[in-house]
Amino acid sequence: MGCFVVPAAEAVVTTVVTKVVEKKEREALEKGLPVSEFNKEKFSSKLKRLNGLLWGGSGLLAFEHLWHGEIQPFFPFLTAAENPGELTEVFHEMSTVGVGMAVLVTGIWAVMTFVLDSKTEKSEKGKELV
Amino acid sequence: MTLLISALAAVITTLIWYVSEKARVMKIGILCYMFWGASIMWFVDAVAEYIELRDAYFTPALEDMVNDTFLGLSVVVLALLIWVGYVLIKDPMKVIANRK
Repeated sequence: MGCFVVPAAEAVVTTVVTKVVEKKEREALEKGLPVSEFNKEKFSSKLKRLNGLLWGGSGLLAFEHLWHGEIQPFFPFLTAAENPGELTEVFHEMSTVGVGMAVLVTGIWAVMTFVLDSKTEKSEKGKELV
Repeated sequence: MTLLISALAAVITTLIWYVSEKARVMKIGILCYMFWGASIMWFVDAVAEYIELRDAYFTPALEDMVNDTFLGLSVVVLALLIWVGYVLIKDPMKVIANRK
């Protein structure tokens, strides 16, 4: 019913965090980077992948909810909000399925980021040996 | 059905992203993010539904299946439209910028 709202809210937060991190990275770059940091992927780039998953996923899920008539393009947006009895069900779904969605997407992103980092580190070590 | 169609689209776009440099220039990664994000979310939805319905989850009514198939295909078309819109705005191959 309103499960996609949770990952969408997370997407808003991570997008703001990405902008802040990007600004800090730009400032650090102006001051000069140590050589060891040259080939490392920026944290903001990693966060952009999470943003893509969260925005993309919640966007398509919003369409699904529109298809099923669970949301509407005008206030109060959630059709269940017109009936206070149904609101409890919406909050229950948001706190179970919605949170589950946000946690799984973030977890998969974290694992993916860890694997990519390890691979990059390995290939860098390989280059050093050659 | 929506989950299956979305997951299939995610796998296909990821393979295209991996093998084709031109596709990467064309920002096909956006489609990957959309389809993978939606597939993960629908997977959680499917698990929750399975916990509630148990075996009945795997034997949906024909009408529901047809509706879900249409929804899945519509989702793919919507994602493609978003991607095409993004490509036309960003113009990564400078086709629009260089046209006479």
